[in-house]
Formats: sequence, C-alpha cells, structure tokens
Amino acid sequence: MEKIVKLASENGILIFSKSTCCLCYAVQILFQELRVHPRVHEIDHDPEGKEIEKALMRMGCSGPVPAVFIGGKLVGSTNEVMSLHLSGSLIPLLKPYQASLS
Amino acid sequence: MSTRMNSASTQFVPSRRMGIHEPIHQMAMWGDFKGLDTSPPMILEVEAKLDNQSEDTSHGIDGPSNKYDQEASKPADKVLRRLAQNREAARKSRLRKKAYVQQLENSKVRLIQLEQELDRARRQGLHVGGALDNSQLGYSGTTNPGIATFEMEYGRWVEEQNRQISDLKNALHSDIGDVELRLFVESGMRHYFDLFTMKATAARSDVFYLMSGMWKTAAERFFFWIGGFRPSELLKVLLPHLEPLSEQQRLDLCNLGQSCQQAEDALSQGMEKLHQIIAETIAARLLGDENYYQQIGAAYEKLDALVRFVGQADHLRQETLQQISRILTTRQAARGLLALGMYFQRLRDLSSHWSSHPREST
Repeated sequence: MEKIVKLASENGILIFSKSTCCLCYAVQILFQELRVHPRVHEIDHDPEGKEIEKALMRMGCSGPVPAVFIGGKLVGSTNEVMSLHLSGSLIPLLKPYQASLS
Repeated sequence: MSTRMNSASTQFVPSRRMGIHEPIHQMAMWGDFKGLDTSPPMILEVEAKLDNQSEDTSHGIDGPSNKYDQEASKPADKVLRRLAQNREAARKSRLRKKAYVQQLENSKVRLIQLEQELDRARRQGLHVGGALDNSQLGYSGTTNPGIATFEMEYGRWVEEQNRQISDLKNALHSDIGDVELRLFVESGMRHYFDLFTMKATAARSDVFYLMSGMWKTAAERFFFWIGGFRPSELLKVLLPHLEPLSEQQRLDLCNLGQSCQQAEDALSQGMEKLHQIIAETIAARLLGDENYYQQIGAAYEKLDALVRFVGQADHLRQETLQQISRILTTRQAARGLLALGMYFQRLRDLSSHWSSHPREST
C-alpha cells in the first residue's frame, strides 16, 4: 500500500500502532530503552486506518499492530522484534538511528 | 413414642461454589430413633444398628414363650391389651424403620452426587500431579472444559518432566557421547515448548485462570511473571551451573541477560498500561443503568489483549531457552536443562512440604 511505503521510507524507525494497544506501547518502551525515538502512526486515528490494517495483514502482520519498519523495510510484529533483540541483532539495526550519548 | 423422626435437622450446609442449591435437610439423626446416641451416623454403622433394631422390635412380638406363661396368671383382658399394644408398637416401629431407611437411601444418593461434584471441583481447582498443594481449593468451581483439560495435561506434563530430569541425570553421569546427549537436550527443550502451546490454548479458554498461576504450586507462584517464570531470573539461576564457560560464551550470556531484562521491562510496562485501561473500562459510567451489557462487552474485548500478553511472555521464555542452547555446547546445555528441571522440582517440593507442615505461630 502506497501510504505504508511512503511513511516507511520517510522515517528511519516506524511503528504502526493503535492508541489502545498495550503491546504497541510495550514495543515503544523497548525502543526508548534502546535510545531510539520511533515515529508512531496510530491507525485508529487515521481515516485510512482500515485499509492500512488490511494491507499490514496481507504483509504478514497478524496483530496487525504493532508493525515495525526499520530503514523502510518491514521487520515484523512484537515476536520478530523480541527475537531479534534476544539474538543481539536488533541493536545493530537501530545503530544508525540511536540518539548520541551526551 | 417418639415422633421426632421427621424433624428437619440441617446437618450439612454445602458451599455455594459447588453449585448445589438445596441443603441436605431432613437427614434424620440417629438420636431421633429410639433415643440412642446422637453422633453423626456413618452409613454402614447405621445399617448395622438398624439390623439390630429390627431384631429388638421383633422380640416384642415373638418373644420367648415363657413370657406368655408368666402372663397366663394375670387377668386375660390385661394380657389381651398388652398383646394389642405390643402389636401396635411393632407396627409403628416397622413404619418408622421404613421411613428412616428411605431417608437414608435418599441421603446416600445425595452424598454420592456431592462426592462427584467435589471431585470435579478439586480437579479444576487443584493441580493434579506431583505437587500436593491442597492449601487452596481455589478456582471458582465453574466447569470449564478447556481448563479441566489443561489441568489434566499439565499434571501429565509434570510427570513427564520428572522422568526427563531423572533420565538426564543418568545420561550425564554415564559416558554417552554428544550426539546422544543432544537428543536429550532437544527433547527437553521441546517439552518446554509443548507447555507453551498448551498454555496458549488454555489462555483462550480462561486467561485469568492462567495468569493467576493457580495451576502451579505456591512457591512457583511467588516468582510468577505474566503467566510463568521470569526468563532473566532463569538465566541467573543457571549461570553458576554452566561453568566452565569461555569468554565469548560469558559475554554472549551477559548480553542475552541484558536484552531479556529490557524485553521484560517493556512487557511489564505494557501490562501496567493494560491494567489501567481495563480498570477504566470497567469503572466507566458505573451509575448509569443503560448500556450495562455494552460496558461489560467493552471490558471483555480488552481481555483479548491479556491473551496476547501471555502469549508474548511465553514467546520470550521460548526465545530465551533457544538462545541459551545456541550459546552453549551440548554438554553445557544438558547440565543447564538438568539444573533448570531440578530448580523447578525444588520449588514444587518446597510448596508440597509447606502445605503439609503448617508452621505453628511462635
């Protein structure tokens, strides 16, 4: 879906979320802990929200939220993010976007 | 003659939780019958006593013949009156006995029903299997087949777990090679993953039950985190038993521990937010009469989120176990699995000892 592609390419780290979704909130907390500030797009506040939801599900996100994009590419949902983090592969992906230490 | 046979004496008031709606009233006390001892009758005792009673009663009619020889010297009408009275007494006695036995039969049927319900409630409220944690006849008592199934399967899971622990112990003390040992490690890991699958199904039946930890023993509940053990805690438990470790392994395990901790913190905060949202949903518009069922329905929807969280926590547990096994050698992984198994066994044994030896207040 065009809107998804556009948003993903414009933002280093993008999370599709819903304002009531607590798992989405958990993923955001994790990213904050890792010193990155993702763009959060709440699809329940987007008039095209339903289409975005369908498109995300077609792309394989069963939630359908949270759906995480890094560097324009779909990483996945909470499962994928957690697996990547435990295997040590998440931080390298986030490095380009991490806030520098002051 | 005593007519207290039919007086209602409520001897047993069952718990509402068992779903029984009438007390067993009109359970005749033995003391009502011929004024004998009033202790609650055992069914077998009562039946034995009844046999004796019937014999006693019949003596009034067919008594030893010398009794009537003695009577022959008295006026005839008195004898006749006495005989009539005896017959009457015997008849009444037989009627009373009949009524009493009927009541006993009814009570017996009721008791069997009660026993069955209690058994069913126990099987849902208590963990079946290794741990004898009887301290809580917890669970609400509603018959949820999904949970009943889970309880049963979990009991079998624990038994299988104990078998695997003992096999693993023997394998490590023997001189089997790494290839064979790997099989033990793999089946051990799969056994944990089977549990996560079982839990996912149970969560769809009753997520509150799963999150309460009622299916686990008390000591395990103490360490509970979103429906199970805390993965980072696990790592800390295992670490000392995995030595000697290479520097790379030590570093990898340290990083794994840190990532695990961060993931747990994120999920914990997500759970707190969910608590808040569910509480707000339930508490919204309490004093309005309309939309009652809509309010309940809205809260109900939020419970789906709980199911997702439990699933996410189990996913974290599974991933942690898998990562640990990737970092370690086969032999280290086998030792780790054994240590893990024994740790949980100890928690279960502690709970079982605790509940069967209540501490006296000092």
